Amino acid sequence: MSSSETQTVAPPETRQGIGVSPGTAYGPVVQVSPPVRPPRNEPAVDDQDAALSDIRAAFEAVAVSLEQRATLVDDTAQQILKATALMARDKGLVKASAKELAAGHGRATSIDLAIETFAAKFDALGGYFAERVADLRDVGSRAVAAVLGVPAPGVPAFTEPSVIVAEDLAPAETATLDRSRVIGIITEAGGRTSHTAILAAQMGIPAVVQLVGATSIPVGTAVALDGDSGEVTIAPDMELVSQQRERAARRSEALSHLSGAGATSDGHAVALLANIGGVEDAVSAGALDLEGVGLFRTEFVFLSATTAPTVQEQTEIYRGVFAPFGGRRVVVRTLDAGADKPLKFADLGPEENPALGRRGLRLSAEQPDLLDAQLEALGIAARETGADVRVMAPMVATAEEAAWFARRVRDNGLPKAGVMIEVPGAALRSRHVLEEVDFGSLGTNDLAQYTMAADRMQGALSDLLDPWQPAVLDVVAAACEGAAAVDRPIGVCGESAGDPLLALVLVGLGVSSLSMAPSKVPVVRLALSLHSVAECQTLAAAARAARTAGDALTAVRDAARSELTTLL
Amino acid sequence: MATRTVTIASAVGLHARPASLFVEAATNTGLDVEISKDGDDPVDATSILGVMALGAKHGEEVTLTADGDGADEALDSLVALLSRDLDSE
Repeated sequence: MSSSETQTVAPPETRQGIGVSPGTAYGPVVQVSPPVRPPRNEPAVDDQDAALSDIRAAFEAVAVSLEQRATLVDDTAQQILKATALMARDKGLVKASAKELAAGHGRATSIDLAIETFAAKFDALGGYFAERVADLRDVGSRAVAAVLGVPAPGVPAFTEPSVIVAEDLAPAETATLDRSRVIGIITEAGGRTSHTAILAAQMGIPAVVQLVGATSIPVGTAVALDGDSGEVTIAPDMELVSQQRERAARRSEALSHLSGAGATSDGHAVALLANIGGVEDAVSAGALDLEGVGLFRTEFVFLSATTAPTVQEQTEIYRGVFAPFGGRRVVVRTLDAGADKPLKFADLGPEENPALGRRGLRLSAEQPDLLDAQLEALGIAARETGADVRVMAPMVATAEEAAWFARRVRDNGLPKAGVMIEVPGAALRSRHVLEEVDFGSLGTNDLAQYTMAADRMQGALSDLLDPWQPAVLDVVAAACEGAAAVDRPIGVCGESAGDPLLALVLVGLGVSSLSMAPSKVPVVRLALSLHSVAECQTLAAAARAARTAGDALTAVRDAARSELTTLL
Repeated sequence: MATRTVTIASAVGLHARPASLFVEAATNTGLDVEISKDGDDPVDATSILGVMALGAKHGEEVTLTADGDGADEALDSLVALLSRDLDSE
């Protein structure tokens, strides 16, 4: 082994995970500690005064550490951390903890119960207030760790550019990640469509999920990760690192020459679009070189609210999302909620099988007022901003459902209605389903889940959910054939659209737009520019002729142009 | 005892950043300042959790009270703070 920047003892070891955000990184590991819970049946304390001063000291230590972290991060994160520190210093928490101590609970349990008293109040207030519950619980978990004398949960403070390793990352943890210091993310759990995967791609940080044994890599160990291939090398030799760096440099060089609308080498247009989930995403994607939005998920407008958001409230949010795109297209998916993502104001109760239950358009059919208010707000915001707004429904299975939705969209003055094709039944009968609307959009994540009967939330079933599964490609092909028969455009808005090789296959199958995490657009643009439509069709045929998902990928990798594959 | 009533100007209501700024300012007065809404039991204005749990939204009125030297001036400055849209600054 040649001289390395970081001390290495063990020989290099390469492990295979799933690459979910492109790019390479090399640096020391920072381990994220899991949340700390109070021990079960913690005994009552002997000396309540002493216990209370322990608790007071714990909250103070949390406040001080949050303030220290606030000095290391950018403005937005700084305000979040400072406000959280103020919570940790709140006298109310110490008072509430004293009450719990007196009731016979132990130190850690008392802290936890005190936090939950306030959490319940905030939850009941809903909206902006409920969003602070995660911060409050974070304070609680840190204070519990402090009284128990164990490491604080979450991302520890660090100054050197590092690779963050966790079981999985919570939304609150990712919000305060410093992009200039986090050069890569590795998780042991999570899947292709987990929160970590989506967020990392959105932030442009290379990431690998489903890496076995990730959380036992010692802190400070140097790792090299490849967010495309999913390979992670622990204690790599410098030759591998320089190979990765050299490839990354060649890739960014190749990507720098291309811009503008997506097209194949023979000039066939394929729209390159972004998947977004809120106003912040819209502002950052709106500034990028892409043709608009292929999937705007609207759940965030509803999920934290305790009462149905009004038309006026929704209009304001949609205006903020549409404005950054000027006259470009924005494809909006109407509310996709259900038993797995329950709404406080429209909960139809728990279900045995939420993925197969009353979700998506099925919920809208039972609560049409919700859909109508959303469509009305979308219509107003579209007219006010002049954006090319197209609305589509999630979880459509039949032609009747598509017709019902299209009528409601048009009644609200919105010119274009579409449907997600994510139910295999709708894909197989896309000719009749799409005849009722103006366009279709393949949600390949859910389509794979339903085609392979494998729960998306089950990290252990990742292999079945691989979008290269030939059965999934067959279902996509059937959907595209139906769309072509009735002359309706069909796009893809699942994570598979951001895989440059799979994107070629999808175009070969007849897809006319690809919507993905914005960071994946440049490499997909490059892939398209190097292949003609006929070549894409050949690649699609090769993938469908394969026996397994792995064979399909290999066949396409071997047949695609080396100008592309040597960069991946 | 000094008392003032003021309408919350912040678009997002008295939460997060506006609440933090208010609590910091109330703490800096060094007085026992209390805040209440809709005639409910007043809460300690130096407690961020108590202030946020009021759930005071944009356009709602809150009542501030304080005792002691400089109470009037202290409340005037807090009223001025709540009358601004703290989120847009």
